[in-house]
Amino acid sequence: MLIFIARRLGVMILTALALTFIVFYLTNLPPNLEKLARTEGSVRMTDEAVLAWIDQNGHGGSVFGRYAQWIGLAPGWVLTDEKGVTRGRCINSTNTPETAATYCGVLQGDWGFSTVFKKPVAESVMQKLGSTGWLMLAVMLVMVPASLLIGVLSGMREGSRTDRVLSIFSIATTATPEYVSGVILVAIFASATAGISPILASWGWIDSKTLFLGTATSAMDGITFWNFALPVMTIALYGIGYIARMTRASMTEVMTQQYIRTARLKGVSFGNVVMKHALRNALIAPFTVIMLQFPWLLNGVVIVETLFNYKGFGWTLVQAAGNNDIDLLLGCSVVAVIVVLTTQLISDIGYVFLNPRIRLS
Amino acid sequence: MTESTWDPSKPILEIENLSISFFTRMREIPAVMDFSCTVMAGESMGLVGESGCGKSTVALAVMRDLGKNGKIVAGSIKFKGRDLTHMTEEELRHIRGSEIAMIYQEPMASLNPAMKIGAQLAEVPIIHQNMDKAEAWALARQIVADVRLPDPDRILHAYPHQLSGGQQQRIVIAMALMSKPALLILDEPTTALDVTVEAGIVDLVKDLGVKYGTSMLFISHNLGLILDVCDRLCVMYSGEAVESGNVREVFATMRHPYTQALFRSIPLPGADKNSRPLVAIPGNFPLPHERPQGCNFGPRCDYFQDGRCNAAEIEMSTVAGDDRHQSRCLKWQEIDWNAPMQRKAAKEKTPVGRVVLKMDDLRKYYSVSSGAFGGGAKKVVKANETLSFEAREGETLAIVGESGCGKSTFAKVLMGLETATSGSIMLFDENVQSTPIQKRNIDTVSSVQMVFQNPFDTLNPSMNVGRQIIRALEIFKFGTSDEDRNARMLELLDLVKLPRAFAERMPRQLSGGQKQRVGIARAFAGGAKVVVADEPVSALDVSVQAAVTDLLMDIQRENKTTLLFISHDLSIVRYLADRVMVMYLGHVVEMGTTDQVFQPPYHPYTEALLSAVPIADPKVTRKRIVLEGDIPSAMNPPPGCPFQTRCRWKSQVPGGICETQMPPVQTLAGGHQVKCHLSAEVMASMEPVIKIAAE
Amino acid sequence: MDDQLLNWGQIIARILQQFLPVWIALAITFALSFKFKRRLGLYGKLFDSPVGLVGLFLVMFWIFTALFADLVITMDPIAQFGRVKNPPPGTPIVDAAEGQYAYFLLGADHLARDVFSRVVMGARRVLMIAPAATSFAFMVGVTLGLPAGYFGGKLDTVLSFLSNLVLAFPVILLFYLLVTPEIRDTGIPVTLAAVLFIFPVIFFCTLFNSRFHTNPTRRNLYVGLTLLIGLWAYSGLAFNKDPLGIWSMDPNMLNVFVSVVFVNSPTVFRIVRGIVMDLKARDYVAAGQTRGESAWYIMLWEILPNARGPLIVDFCLRIGYTTILLGTLGFFGLGVSPESPDWGSTIDDGRKLLSLYLHPAITPALALMSLVLGLNLLADGLREESLKD
Repeated sequence: MLIFIARRLGVMILTALALTFIVFYLTNLPPNLEKLARTEGSVRMTDEAVLAWIDQNGHGGSVFGRYAQWIGLAPGWVLTDEKGVTRGRCINSTNTPETAATYCGVLQGDWGFSTVFKKPVAESVMQKLGSTGWLMLAVMLVMVPASLLIGVLSGMREGSRTDRVLSIFSIATTATPEYVSGVILVAIFASATAGISPILASWGWIDSKTLFLGTATSAMDGITFWNFALPVMTIALYGIGYIARMTRASMTEVMTQQYIRTARLKGVSFGNVVMKHALRNALIAPFTVIMLQFPWLLNGVVIVETLFNYKGFGWTLVQAAGNNDIDLLLGCSVVAVIVVLTTQLISDIGYVFLNPRIRLS
Repeated sequence: MTESTWDPSKPILEIENLSISFFTRMREIPAVMDFSCTVMAGESMGLVGESGCGKSTVALAVMRDLGKNGKIVAGSIKFKGRDLTHMTEEELRHIRGSEIAMIYQEPMASLNPAMKIGAQLAEVPIIHQNMDKAEAWALARQIVADVRLPDPDRILHAYPHQLSGGQQQRIVIAMALMSKPALLILDEPTTALDVTVEAGIVDLVKDLGVKYGTSMLFISHNLGLILDVCDRLCVMYSGEAVESGNVREVFATMRHPYTQALFRSIPLPGADKNSRPLVAIPGNFPLPHERPQGCNFGPRCDYFQDGRCNAAEIEMSTVAGDDRHQSRCLKWQEIDWNAPMQRKAAKEKTPVGRVVLKMDDLRKYYSVSSGAFGGGAKKVVKANETLSFEAREGETLAIVGESGCGKSTFAKVLMGLETATSGSIMLFDENVQSTPIQKRNIDTVSSVQMVFQNPFDTLNPSMNVGRQIIRALEIFKFGTSDEDRNARMLELLDLVKLPRAFAERMPRQLSGGQKQRVGIARAFAGGAKVVVADEPVSALDVSVQAAVTDLLMDIQRENKTTLLFISHDLSIVRYLADRVMVMYLGHVVEMGTTDQVFQPPYHPYTEALLSAVPIADPKVTRKRIVLEGDIPSAMNPPPGCPFQTRCRWKSQVPGGICETQMPPVQTLAGGHQVKCHLSAEVMASMEPVIKIAAE
Repeated sequence: MDDQLLNWGQIIARILQQFLPVWIALAITFALSFKFKRRLGLYGKLFDSPVGLVGLFLVMFWIFTALFADLVITMDPIAQFGRVKNPPPGTPIVDAAEGQYAYFLLGADHLARDVFSRVVMGARRVLMIAPAATSFAFMVGVTLGLPAGYFGGKLDTVLSFLSNLVLAFPVILLFYLLVTPEIRDTGIPVTLAAVLFIFPVIFFCTLFNSRFHTNPTRRNLYVGLTLLIGLWAYSGLAFNKDPLGIWSMDPNMLNVFVSVVFVNSPTVFRIVRGIVMDLKARDYVAAGQTRGESAWYIMLWEILPNARGPLIVDFCLRIGYTTILLGTLGFFGLGVSPESPDWGSTIDDGRKLLSLYLHPAITPALALMSLVLGLNLLADGLREESLKD
């Protein structure tokens, strides 16, 4: 078991390095750096000046060297220009060239400086992650129980009417990406001109113009049902369909197994067949799927935070990418990669624990 | 109604005129028609027939577990006088598992992989007798000991995958016995197991049946097994019972042409491929929706009479004088049942020619990594050890052994799919030992071909039959044009006695036997000189087995092919082999001509194997030798003689050298080789396992 | 000219009328298919499954809409008509020119472009990219998944690691990195295209060579033709250097296309690899090996045809998924020209005024949903029917 985890960790670290390197390479492509030079320096810089700026600000040299500096495995660059001013990767307003550390990369906790938010990357990312954390938590709380319930109910009697209705529902939700369901939900619940809000307002059941709020900006300060339900449902709906389909497939397969027949012909009641004999075997596959849903959830988070204007991690990612904020984008990627890889590890270990056939062999 | 009101002299199970159909979108498919049988208390009833005859459907109907599409359309099933067909789910639930229990073919699949054995066993009394958990586990422990499993406490806390196949089947039996049911249904309980393991299970079932006074409904395709286990039997054909009665009576004086044909197509002792060949049943099993009018067996019956047998549905009629003996035949009183079977002309024995294949001291080791997740120490699995033999032109060499004995590895090495670790393989004076198949020239490849075991797997499901044979011809560079190859393909279909129209068919439109014939045609496409047949008939029904075996023999005679026949079935080996090689855990333990191997002196393993194979002939008496335990894993073989852990002769060898030294190969009279420590005197004292009473 | 807004009945009637060519095509297709359904294999069996039938109807509807888009649209989807912003459905056009359609059937957007025509044209764009990109992803996934599953070992380890690498990337991040205007200058999309687009050529060459190497004349013919057509198309699509100028791809489009193929292929790889590992233990594979067939023949002709069931189902699902991805790209304004009638970007344009004007966003949203729903239902129907037999 320990060997297994060690191996997985090794692969994970290798993956993380490869992924961050790809992101680093793609964000530090020459055109991006030129764009950075023009936004940081001046828009009317000549091409030579741009190249000089890039060199002087430590963006010159091989991409591997710069990557090593960024990670914190190579000493940060230090340059003294013709005016005698020494600047460097690790030198900022709080220290001098003499007191500055030699290494200052991600490993040392120095994530760089965001040009959009004008503050250190670590600080802005952490703050936004908090907001997104609440969103994710709410989504999981809605999505996991709902999808497992739907999947088990439709899978335990394949072909029944319950199965047909629930299957159509889950197929429909998997066909509705977040940017579609978000729009539809807003149209139905949060539009002053269409959907149910005008009707409710005319009956005098609601005081405001719409039932739910069409944006989640106010949820940054305080989460309420009315400002949070729509974004949460938008992300959860897509996932519900997908996980429910997986659970159903797994459940129907388990229900046709010989050991289920054995249990039934032992005189076990249908409820107990499902609960005691089928469920555990049927949940092994969906567990993996739920964990591997995280990369997708991240997608949903980005779309929903943009759609509902909720300033969380996803929104930050869009801002960073849209404004060529290289350090911030790198920071976001590191977080995303860590989240994805951690869930993969949990999924692997969980799979082994749920499945005695693997655990004990 | 409770148990006390039931009269034990009445039948436990009484099935009357039962008809079952499956309903699909297209049509209603009748699976069982007008089936009746009774099982008395303590009696064991055998249901025998080929696949698709409806025997398992009857069993499931008794459990009322026919699935969504299956329906009982007529008749009644009375259990202790109560009609099961009219019971509600709730009433059924109280009977299932407590009064009627069932045991299935695949023990691994029957046990819940995520639950401990103890919990699965204890569940039964907890449901049906409201027993508390501790008491239920105690009972489970006792029953596990009853099914003769070692170390019951460890087993109760194990998961199913930690046990071997034989142990799992014992657990399934234990589970069925937990509430001491009145009726036990066994659906092919030993088909998935090795013969020596099967023998142990059969003994156990018989003993427990007596001990608990349980009635049994035993379903099998194996007539020999039915004779071993049952008191009465019912032969089924195409959804109907065709003959029923006392086992010994039916076996000795059968009164239905199908039963007779069935017996003539199985290789009983005394059958011989040259002097007394088997008689295959002509034609094919009818599909459920294509059953003929009148007698279902009519079109394949030797005694068929047009206008009579196919006029109307035929009722069961009682054979007077016998013990509840019935036959569904109009002509049973007219047929001369004692007439000797119309012998096929005895065939010439194929002359044996020069040596075509010679293996010398061949070894094949695999290194595998142990441990759950990769890692761990590398282990060497010795799949084949010191394998030496030669095979001659026109000869049939049978390789016999149970799972894990290394016979499949041997085939792979010979075919060149794997290369041997050491030793030499001489094929037509060419050393191919270390030549993988990609480096062999076309002649060598086309002259060594293989016939595979599983008919459903042997043909590519998405290519038509003709194309598959033509592809083999293309690869073997036969002919110069597509026309040449097409013509040759049609000839090959003739050779395996299939209609030429089959060239256009897809494999799914063929029956198992027909697919196997195509497989044979493909193997002979390049004029193969050596054919390795890996259990070619073991997945086929008995009546088809005979025909496919005959076909192989005929082609062999014509082409002087050397046939290496891999099998675990000693009956068929005795029937067709010239020489036999018995393998156990990678070692050849005995080798000699068929007569030498099937008569004493034996290797102790051969002796046990012979004793384990059930024989469907009441005139044959067998000495029962039941091996203890399971076959050791090839990963972890015992020290010394590989068979020493299960050998009953071990005490006859002085000094306990069986446990320390690998036995030498002793060459007895006539070149008969036995790998054993037993002295010549002890060997000479061995008695034959099988005795045939004089006719 | 009538200045009255059309009511919903009139709008629906006019829309149904606009789709007339689509209805005719659908009627012909369904009538013919139904008549010959017993001879059409798996496709024919779809007509026994209500779910599959609904899916097929939706998918065919959009395919025909894309084909006949020029006949269906009421006005130029890019042009702006009038100065009224966001007119509601059924609004008559003020001072319409002679011979011009007189109404915004489903309203117009904030630039006064006709929503109905834009959605219809958007279908053409989606159905041009999604199936093609999915096919390329399948070529890549199949060509790499077959040997990984069949040979195993180091090759499998390396390829699996690479595919997991791509799968661990949050898709949206990858898009933000790969589909930017700047990246075109670096040549990365062209390099990726050069790698990804060569797979179909490799695939078909190996396919024909492994099958016909026993017959050199036929082999040379097939492989030669593949190389000729394949490399011709390859030069045009990947490098925009087709000497005849027939094959070419707009750089913007290439960028989107390559990214979508890149994101989809690892999943296909995983599916194919899994199926191969299962099928390679079959006896007909062993039969191929024992008669000395090459590894590629066994993979391409013995294993692949028998993996077609799950692959066809996944193909349908994956077109739907690709449609969603394309929408995502449009939604974030990545890789599309501003005036393009792309569904995703139309939703993005419309959502900003969502609480006031619904129609510019909801129409493409429903269109996208119905197409993906159709594909998912079709896949479900196919799966169900292929299991019965």
